[in-house]
Amino acid sequence: MDSSAWFSMRLSLQVASTATLLIVFSGVALAYVLAMKNFRGKEVVDMLFTLPLVLPPTVTGYYLILLFGRNGFIGRPVFNATGWSVMFTWQAAVMASFVVALPLMIKTTRAAIESVDINLLRASYTLGRSELSTAIHVIFPLAKKGIMAGAVLSFARAMGEFGATLMLAGNIPGKTDTMPLAIYAMAGSGEWTGANAMAAAFTIVSGLFLYTANRLGKRGL
Amino acid sequence: MGLSVCIKKDLGDFSIDVSWEVKNELAVLFGYSGSGKSVTFQMIAGLTEPDSGVIRLDSQTLFDGTSGINLLPQRRFLGYVFQDLALFPHMTVRQNILYGAPDVARAEKESRARELIKQFRISGLEDRLPEKISGGQKQRVAIARALIRRPHALLLDEPFSALDSPVRADMGKLLKEIQREFSIPVILITHDLSEACELAEKMIVYAEGRVVSTDKPEEICSLSVCRNRETFTTRPYDLAVPAAVRT
Repeated sequence: MDSSAWFSMRLSLQVASTATLLIVFSGVALAYVLAMKNFRGKEVVDMLFTLPLVLPPTVTGYYLILLFGRNGFIGRPVFNATGWSVMFTWQAAVMASFVVALPLMIKTTRAAIESVDINLLRASYTLGRSELSTAIHVIFPLAKKGIMAGAVLSFARAMGEFGATLMLAGNIPGKTDTMPLAIYAMAGSGEWTGANAMAAAFTIVSGLFLYTANRLGKRGL
Repeated sequence: MGLSVCIKKDLGDFSIDVSWEVKNELAVLFGYSGSGKSVTFQMIAGLTEPDSGVIRLDSQTLFDGTSGINLLPQRRFLGYVFQDLALFPHMTVRQNILYGAPDVARAEKESRARELIKQFRISGLEDRLPEKISGGQKQRVAIARALIRRPHALLLDEPFSALDSPVRADMGKLLKEIQREFSIPVILITHDLSEACELAEKMIVYAEGRVVSTDKPEEICSLSVCRNRETFTTRPYDLAVPAAVRT
């Protein structure tokens, strides 16, 4: 692989790692709320966070442009205040990966949290433990297999993100061309040797992550 | 002093409307399955909210539907031993016990844990996970965990139901010791009449969400009362009554 291919590999890992870090913190918090709390509109919130799982990534990317584009609902005030826009930056690729992969984390973690025996939580409360302490010492340790599997799946999904990234970050060589985008560009310009090498490397890395996710799901850490 | 309960709860096709009081003694809530005993415990512990009524422990009001007092379970200082014991499977015996005293200084907590481990004869098991100890040992760990915080009352929801008879008798003795040493209300749920009669200083008999009798076990367990047991129970109860008592 040449230097541009290595750049794409490094960028993909950087984008996927950053997105996964954000996904783990926000996904666990959201999954906890959806699993443990009852409030009006809960299923609507769940549906909104799950939508990117079923929408074409280009549609998700389009909505992100409407929100974060230079004239977007959030993007415009940010640009007016700072002169900076997230569009066509590597951070945009992180944002796209985050939104598309977050549902995997939420779904997996919510199921894991809901599977924890409610009597263990009740016991913890009667022993004087707060809800936060119970979450940290009882719920998350017992749900860790699901949380870890969700994180690995999210990482793999973030690595492979294409459509929303193309819409939001573009395909700028040496700046925002993650591996999937670079493979797309190489295939489009007939550079089959480079495309083959990158596709093979990508398949191996993704396969490793899926294998790890399956192992974690069965045996834990 | 003691625990006084006067609560109502509508559960749709079933309602609970009970009133009783237990001093610093070993009391038994007795009745067949589905008579509302466990839900009563959950309401006392703050895990389920009553529709109305008052729950007081010593001089503290835990729940008062009229004035809107409803203390969180964490602030009720009750020891609660669940029917399935609810030991944390990922924690060792020692960690399970220490977990029960979050608001106690480390050194004091360690000291209490050592005493309880010795008193409950679970020395040598401290580093084992709950899945690696026997049913009777699990009971002891669950009770030790409930007591490390020095609760103001101890609630035990049929904790001996899965044990063999000799172990049950042993646990019964232990409960009496605990009650004497800690001098707090200790309330045990059971649907085993012989166990109730043997352990209780006071019996509270439940049927269909109501208290049908509150008395000393000598009275309730006597043959004359048992002949008229239909007044406070229904058929499933008969199954729990020893043959000798049924005559």
